[in-house]
Amino acid sequence: MRLVTALFLGLIFGAGITFGGMINPAKVLNFFDIAGTWDPSLALVMGAALVVTGLGYHFVLRRPAPVFEAEFHLPQKRSPDPALIGGAVLFGIGWGIAGFCPGGAIPALGLGEGKAFLFIASMLAGIWATKLLRRG
Amino acid sequence: MTEFTPGLSLLGGALIGLAAVLLMALYGRIAGMSGMIQGLLPPVAKDWRWRAAFLAGAVLAPVGITAISGWRPEFTSDTPALWLVVGGIITGVGVQLGSGCSSGHGVCGMARLSKRSILATLCFMASTGVTVYVIRHLIGGL
Repeated sequence: MRLVTALFLGLIFGAGITFGGMINPAKVLNFFDIAGTWDPSLALVMGAALVVTGLGYHFVLRRPAPVFEAEFHLPQKRSPDPALIGGAVLFGIGWGIAGFCPGGAIPALGLGEGKAFLFIASMLAGIWATKLLRRG
Repeated sequence: MTEFTPGLSLLGGALIGLAAVLLMALYGRIAGMSGMIQGLLPPVAKDWRWRAAFLAGAVLAPVGITAISGWRPEFTSDTPALWLVVGGIITGVGVQLGSGCSSGHGVCGMARLSKRSILATLCFMASTGVTVYVIRHLIGGL
């Protein structure tokens, strides 16, 4: 039951990425190309997502616990550190080269696009290598 | 060129938000895609099952949309394969080091006004913008 629910939530998320246009690397890159073929669509994706999430979290996080779990699992780190900033800058460089972010590339797999598979495989290699190295 | 799609993009953003809110309400989890993915790579997270189910749903979404409505979303990628590999590896290292991406930091973290997420989002939006500018306007494409 829980797994079916998670699958359903993934469907909603993936539908949002698909309708919003984040599944399309060209559209994503055009959003960042203000000096060129600018397409402001993604500002609306992010804006709408932020408004809905902000309002929803406001009510949800006041509850004592989530429905399926004993507690909310929120990130514990509070203050910025060099890894956060360096990682974010690197992620942006990768996003600017490929036009895929993780959330955009996952649904693009469903389109059967070879480039999405190539990107995801490379990203998994990067995530995994970093995960293993940082564990020491 | 891609067309400005205000209606579809607002709808898409609202659905992403809805999924994030429901995931928090039901599972108490941040809807961060890179976090969800990294838990499936060894050493695998104990709670890998719901992560896999969520990601499977995200992959199936465009399949379902096309099956039901016949509409196929636009997809264009002009980045050469070699550069996709480079971009993919850099993205992977970046999201793992930076503990998140556009969904975890940009939507969920910003929505709960996390200082770390706001800073991370500013950093990656800026570096993406600079990268796109350099590629398209300074070196004239990859």
